[in-house]
Amino acid sequence: MARVVFTANLRRHVDCPETDADGATVREVLEAVFANNERLRGYVLDDQAALRRHMGVVVDGKALRDRRTLSDPVGPTSRIYVLQALSGG
Amino acid sequence: MSDRLLVSTRKGLFTIERKRGAWSIAKVDFLGDNVTLTLRDPRDGSTYAALNHGHFGAKLHRAAGDDWEEIAAPAYPARPEGLVDRDGWGKDIPYTLLDIFSLETGGPNEPGLLWCGTIPGGLFRSRDHGASWELVRSLWDNPMRQQWMGGGTEWPAIHSICVDPRDARTVRIGISCGGVWETRDGGDTWACKAEGMYAAFMPPEQSRDPNIQDPHRVVQCPSAPDRLWAQHHNGIFRSDDASQSWAEVTNVPPSSFGFAVAVHPREPNTAWFVPGVKDEKRFPVDGQLVVTRTRDAGRTFETLRTGLPQQHAYDVVYRHGLSIDETGDRLAFGSTTGGLWISEDQGDHWRELSHTLPPIHAVRFTT
Repeated sequence: MARVVFTANLRRHVDCPETDADGATVREVLEAVFANNERLRGYVLDDQAALRRHMGVVVDGKALRDRRTLSDPVGPTSRIYVLQALSGG
Repeated sequence: MSDRLLVSTRKGLFTIERKRGAWSIAKVDFLGDNVTLTLRDPRDGSTYAALNHGHFGAKLHRAAGDDWEEIAAPAYPARPEGLVDRDGWGKDIPYTLLDIFSLETGGPNEPGLLWCGTIPGGLFRSRDHGASWELVRSLWDNPMRQQWMGGGTEWPAIHSICVDPRDARTVRIGISCGGVWETRDGGDTWACKAEGMYAAFMPPEQSRDPNIQDPHRVVQCPSAPDRLWAQHHNGIFRSDDASQSWAEVTNVPPSSFGFAVAVHPREPNTAWFVPGVKDEKRFPVDGQLVVTRTRDAGRTFETLRTGLPQQHAYDVVYRHGLSIDETGDRLAFGSTTGGLWISEDQGDHWRELSHTLPPIHAVRFTT
């Protein structure tokens, strides 16, 4: 199972501890997480289920390439970080 | 008489209360978070707060008492593959909620009904106290919507929602930039009602097109609902016939540029504005913060400055940053530089509550 880690800034708004989830793509892994935490979905994805414009996802050290359908592959021991693409303030 | 003021700021929601004749901060909610708007629903006593977390999107919260609970935010429907949907500048419209830009209750006989205006231009309605929202498709699917444009924001913004006190099925909304639109059947059909407004900054052939007008804020007099006031990008406009036509109000010293407007609840000829130099220089004229007031429907204006900073003041008051209470005696406004002022005599005298608050998006008197 892949390990999913959410930014601490997000944990301030929604309960989202580190978690393990199954899936062959980033979409499948995140959907497995959201299945148990529907409110979290709206903080990470936009209304079209694409990654929010100012969010970033890193899979095993590489930034997500397919921000629209989240089709980047995920391995059984992958680590997925869901982060803010920091833009000042 | 309202003794409570909700102040929505970049770093939290501040509740200001009047006790024994003095106003002070009584409560802070969402400290550190960007609160953009509030709404108090007199039909059930609940309060709504709109937040925009930037990275994490725009959210809505509701409090029945002191405890806030996140509720559903309006969500745009799935964008069909291959759909061409561009704004007036020719840019692809994003089908996603970017900001909650207006929030109002339906009529007294419509408990639980809320209207919500958003960026990028969708109007939403909830019939269940915000537990769920529906996009008002009759307006979204109107082909004229594709002529709307962003003004100060990148995308079209519905900033004003006026539910007619005579009949709650009649609703008027203000759009920057999309003019004023009216429904008389509860949202089934809509018509653009900005005849008479003009935009000198547009090419001549478009400057009087009602559908590209840039009202910054539209308000309606509760006791004389045929009277509406608009602070427009181009100046001040007034309607005497429930938005069927608009006339410009000129000769408004020191300036007719601004964002906010308030109308007296019982005196339709009395309205207040907070002017800036003009669109390309958004700060008070000569660094002197003033409020302008007309009592004769815009024929003459007074410049009110007692109690307001008159040297090196660079406060801008956004479109939701000026509020009037139900008596018409108390006004409050908050600025982009964290200044907050209250008047208890219709603007003759102002008291500064703070000049160290975070940037203020909106103020609202509540009961």
